[in-house]
This record gives sequence, C-alpha cells and structure tokens, in this order.
Amino acid sequence: MTAMAATVVHAEPSFLEAGGRTGLLGWILSTDHKRIAILYLVSMMSFFLVGVTIGVLMRLEQLTMGPTIMQPQTYNAMFTVHGVIMIFLFVIPGLPVVFGNFFLPILIGAKDVALPRLNLLSWYFFMTGAVLAVLSLFTGNGPPDTGWTFYAPYSLRTGPNVSLAVFAAFVLGFSSILTGINFVTTIHRLRAPGMTWHRMPLFVWSLYATGWVQILATPIVSITLLLVILERFFGIGVFDPAKGGDPLLYQHLFWMYSHPAVYIMILPAMGVISEIIPTFAHRTIFGYRFIAYSSVAIAALGSLVWAHHMFTSGISSMASMVFSLLTFLVAIPSAIKVFNWVATLYKGSIEIAPPMLYALTFIFLFCIGGLTGVMQGALAVNVHLHDTYFIVGHFHYVMFGGTGIAFFAALLYWFPKMFGKMYNRRVATIAWVPLFVGFNMLYFTMLILGVMGMPRRYYDHLPQFHTGHVIATVGSWFLVSGLLLLLGNFVVALFKGEKAPANPWGGISLEWQIPSPPPVENFEEIPTITSSPYHFNPVAGR
Amino acid sequence: MTGSIADAPAAHRDYGGAKIAMWLFLFTEIILFGGLFILYSAYRSKYPHEFHDAGNELNYVIGVINTLVLLTSSLSMALSISAVQKGQQRLAMLLVGLTVALGAVFLVNKYFEWIAKFHHGLYPNSPDLLKRAPGEVLFFGLYFSMTGLHGVHVIAGMVLLSIMLVLLARKRIHQKDYVKIENAGLYWHLVDVIWIFLLPLFYLAA
Repeated sequence: MTAMAATVVHAEPSFLEAGGRTGLLGWILSTDHKRIAILYLVSMMSFFLVGVTIGVLMRLEQLTMGPTIMQPQTYNAMFTVHGVIMIFLFVIPGLPVVFGNFFLPILIGAKDVALPRLNLLSWYFFMTGAVLAVLSLFTGNGPPDTGWTFYAPYSLRTGPNVSLAVFAAFVLGFSSILTGINFVTTIHRLRAPGMTWHRMPLFVWSLYATGWVQILATPIVSITLLLVILERFFGIGVFDPAKGGDPLLYQHLFWMYSHPAVYIMILPAMGVISEIIPTFAHRTIFGYRFIAYSSVAIAALGSLVWAHHMFTSGISSMASMVFSLLTFLVAIPSAIKVFNWVATLYKGSIEIAPPMLYALTFIFLFCIGGLTGVMQGALAVNVHLHDTYFIVGHFHYVMFGGTGIAFFAALLYWFPKMFGKMYNRRVATIAWVPLFVGFNMLYFTMLILGVMGMPRRYYDHLPQFHTGHVIATVGSWFLVSGLLLLLGNFVVALFKGEKAPANPWGGISLEWQIPSPPPVENFEEIPTITSSPYHFNPVAGR
Repeated sequence: MTGSIADAPAAHRDYGGAKIAMWLFLFTEIILFGGLFILYSAYRSKYPHEFHDAGNELNYVIGVINTLVLLTSSLSMALSISAVQKGQQRLAMLLVGLTVALGAVFLVNKYFEWIAKFHHGLYPNSPDLLKRAPGEVLFFGLYFSMTGLHGVHVIAGMVLLSIMLVLLARKRIHQKDYVKIENAGLYWHLVDVIWIFLLPLFYLAA
C-alpha cells in the first residue's frame, strides 16, 4: 500500500532500547508515545486485576444465602470500588490510552502525537487520580458506598469518603480530556502525505470519534462531581431537596456525560475489530465508509440518549418517549458495523488465529449486549428490568464482552509489534475456552436472574434465585482461570517468547511495515500513502 | 519531516496544532461552565420570583466595575500579543504585567464583595440563608459556586500569564515564536467572556 513496503530490518535501536535516560526514569519521563502507552498498559492491568479480584469476592459472597464472607457495608463498598476502578481506571481509558497512544501515530504515518509532553502529563493525571481513588479506600470513614454513579442525595449525606473518590474521578476525567484533545489534534495535523480522511485506518476513525466525545462530554461530569464536593463541604443546595434543589438534575448531568462515556468505551473497541477482521479474512473491509461514518453517528446519537437511565426516576412521559426513540436509533449505526464485519468475512480466506478468535467472540458477545440494550430502551420493559441483574448482565456483555474482549484481541494482535516477542498461540487459544464458557455462565445467568426479578446491588438473595447465583459464581471461577492463563501467557512471552517477525499476521496497514518493536521515531522516512489501508491483493491471501 | 531524533520536536512548533489543541481545550471549559448554566436556567425557570428578589441584593455597581476591569485587561492582553509580533519585547512584558494586575484588582473587588455578603450572614448553608425561600438559597448557592469557579479560573489565568512573563523575559517567546502567549491570551479572553455571561445572570437578574 505504500512506497516503503520493502523496508528491511535495519540497525536502528528499538524504542525499548534507545533513549537518553536509562532505567525507570527513562520511562516515567519519556515523551515517546510508545513508552507512554506501555506505562498505561502496566498501570491499567494492575488496576484491572484489583477490579477482577473485587468482582470475584462479590460473586463469592453470593454463593450462599446470608452472610458468606463479608458484611453488608463491605459489600456496598465493594460494588462501588469495583465500578469506580473498572470504569474510570480500565474501560474508559482502556483502548485509547494504550493502543491509541501506541498505534495512532504509526497508523497515520507520524513520529509521535501532536503534543507529546501533554501526553505524558495525561499519564501523570491518570496516576494521580488512581492514587487518590486508592487513598479514598483507606482514609476518612472508609470506602465510598454509593455505587459508581454517586447519586444525590445519598452521596451528599452518607458518611464514608465520597469526596475523595469523587475528586479522583474528576482528575481522571481531566486526564481523559487531555488525551482526547491530543488525539483529535494529532489526526488533524500529523497525517502522512497522501493519508486523506478516507485512507485512514478505521481504528483511527474510531479514535477520532472517541476524542470528540471525550472533549465534549467529560467536562459535564467534571462540573457535576465538583458540585457534589461543594455540596458535601459547603452545602450549596443545588442537588439537595431540603434546600429546594433537585436530585433529578444530578442524574441528568451525570448521565449527560456517563452515557456518552459508554461510547468512549465501545467505539475504540469497534475500531480494533475493524482492523483485525480484514487482516485475518485476507480481504478488503466491506463498507469502509459506512463503518467510518457510523463511528461518528454513534458518537453524535450517543450524546442524545442519556435520560434512558432515568425512565423510572420521574421524568415526564413525553421526555421518556423521545429518549426511548433516540435510544433505538443508536442501534442502527451499531448494527451497520456488525453487518459490515460479517460481510467482510464472506468469501474471505479466514484464518482463526488468536486475535481473530477473540475478535469474533467480540461480535458474538457484543450482539447479546447490544440487543439486551435495545430491550431496555423500550419503556414498558424498562420499568420491569430497571435496577435488576438484567442491567448488570447487559453492561457486562457490552463493557467486558465488548471492550474487555476487544482489549485482549488488540493485545493479541499487536503484542508482537509492541514488544517484539511472540506469545504461545496455542495457550492463547486454550485460554479462550474457560474465558468464553465462564463469561456466559456468569453474565447470561445474570440476565435470566434479572428477568426473574433479582435486584442489583443487593447483599443477599432469596431462595428462588439461589441456583442462578451458584451457576454465576462457578462461572466467575472459569472466567478468572481463563483470564489468568491469557495474561500469564503474555508475561511468559515477555521473558521467554521467541522473537516476533515484523509482520506475523500478514497485515498491510502501516504498523506492519516497520520493525518489531518499532524504532524510536517509528519511520525512517515518512511514508507517502497511495491507497486505502485495506487494499488486499485478492490473490495474496490464498 | 525527515531526519533523526533531533527533528522529533519539530511537532512542538506546529502552530496550527497548538492552536487547535487550545481551542479544543476552551470548548471543554465552556462545557464545564455549561453544566452550571444548565442548573441556573432550570432553577431560574422554577423559581423566577426568588431569583428576582435575590438578584436585587447584589451590588451591580461592583459587578459593572469588575466587568470594566476585565474588559480592559483583555485589551491589554490583546495589545501585548501585537507588541510581541512587532518585536517590542519590553512593551509586551509591560502589557502582560498590566493584565495580571487588572486580574488582581478584579479578585480584590470580588473578595470585598464576598466578605460583605458573609457579614450579612449570606454564605452557603448559613442559618440566615436557610431561613429564606428555597429559590433564594439556590440563587446564592449558584452565585457562590459560579463566581467562585470563575475566580479560580482568573487565578489560573494569572498564573499562566506570570509564566508568560518569565518566558518573555528569557526570550523564549519572541517575534518568531509567540504561539504560547497567543494561547494564554485565548484563555484569558475566555475567562473574560464567561464573566460577561455571569454579570447579567446574577447582578442584572432583578
């Protein structure tokens, strides 16, 4: 696809070896986008494992009726902390800060992002937010117990350390805004010659849409969270019904960000899948423009559906109907993507390598997550399902089955490029079995429990839900063993993996044209782009 | 864009990129205040009379004086950028210094205004305030939050401009490289524009 397809491996040191400083300082002071990506990867995976541990403990609590391993207050703190860690420290930053940072400049043929120092600053804000979130667990009157949504008026009155946790979320939001600004600027300014908008890889399109959502939505939650802090310290009254304030306005402001945030989470995941599928189907992506523009459409429509979280909160029936309609509309661009991925597979020469296996799993799980979402968009059904396990099952299908699995697919796809090492493919495939089985045991059971009436965030359950809870808990064990096998495989590969070639998968986008791991400034010579990123030779794949 | 690592910082001098990034950041600031403006409009439509009564208690003379101070500071800010572009380094420093000083005047006025309110027993959650109608409680809650947040932005702007002053003195900003001070100026104008909206919403609400 480019003038430099015949790049040979040269003597230039990779970004892992080169650099002015050595040791830890060479990492935490580096403005190289690739090193920052790895800083994010390491810190995020640590938080992810903490979140997983808390999740497993919660499932363990539900293994029997009555107290099993903890008290109700601990359980409340656990679902709050699980949510805060997973949402703010893993799923929202997730794909953009790791794979976006690493591959955005490479995919558009640039040497770095537009604002490298701001990029490093974002990581410092991220870590500051993370440290504050952890501190909130051990200081004050103990971990917050409000749920990750910090709903007023409870969050204004409850004893535990809500202010610090909320402030942590504020700082993390700021980090997210800076990343969004950086990416949008980079895409506007640093595309290689010939890289027109319609020659950009689809992952770049999805990062572009995500960047705009980060810029336009995050400040709303920032101000909302600041107001919660002001309420707690000074009692200004804006969300406090005792002073004439309206808690419903808190919910509006919170979801004005937090629903678009769902698309911050899922759009880059869709972008990753759009990269993986053509590579392993050895076929040009079907409907490039539809996939690209549907990212933008999802970002736009997704900003107008927030009140579907509030159908039972007491908004007017007119508002409910409008938001219900808009919610259904978001399903259209999402479905366009799914149809195009499947159409890409048609008559392709499909190779089920580990990244492809996880990408196909994404499509399957995301379809369940998406369709259960459409069910909740229907007003009458929503009243029955609201605040039940159905919701919990639904968003885990989207967030974990969608974004989480796409994150692993991306790691499987790009790990050889990032570290220059190849993991054990067979282990990665074997790990998929318990992961997939456990996932569906855990979360599909939740969907059923929810329809039966099991409320979310309850410490205990009634006898009729017991079988379901046992199945879900056992499923969580499968899930975790699959996860550990998958992640352990990467750790082993880092130390003992064999050297990865520059292009292990036969990909044709720009990142596969440079050595693994990439040299410091990515390209010896900025490439000139002459065609689409998925221009597979129809014969080459056979 | 070819060559060695030494060329990598070339991206730093991408004026267009720096400008785009700054404007995007300003969008986020507008939306940050946007959340508060939404709250203001929701509560004002719910309690129009209380907002009217409470607005009467703010001294619009101080409000207008502060508006004039900020507008003048925006003028000196804009002039300082022109001075840099013409290579008049000393004049630029003088004008940035004047901008910072005017920012300080604004804050001092604000300080006395707030203190006077506190003496009348008007501060968030005060016993006197809680005796009033809910709409007035909310008016003053929003008044203190919004002018407070704006004040924080004035302080941030003053810090930013002080840094610009140092950079000007060290010739890091000069006739050929002035995007930093331009961006700092944009931020200062934004702070100004937000105040232009706060003035009628609070001081002239009556």
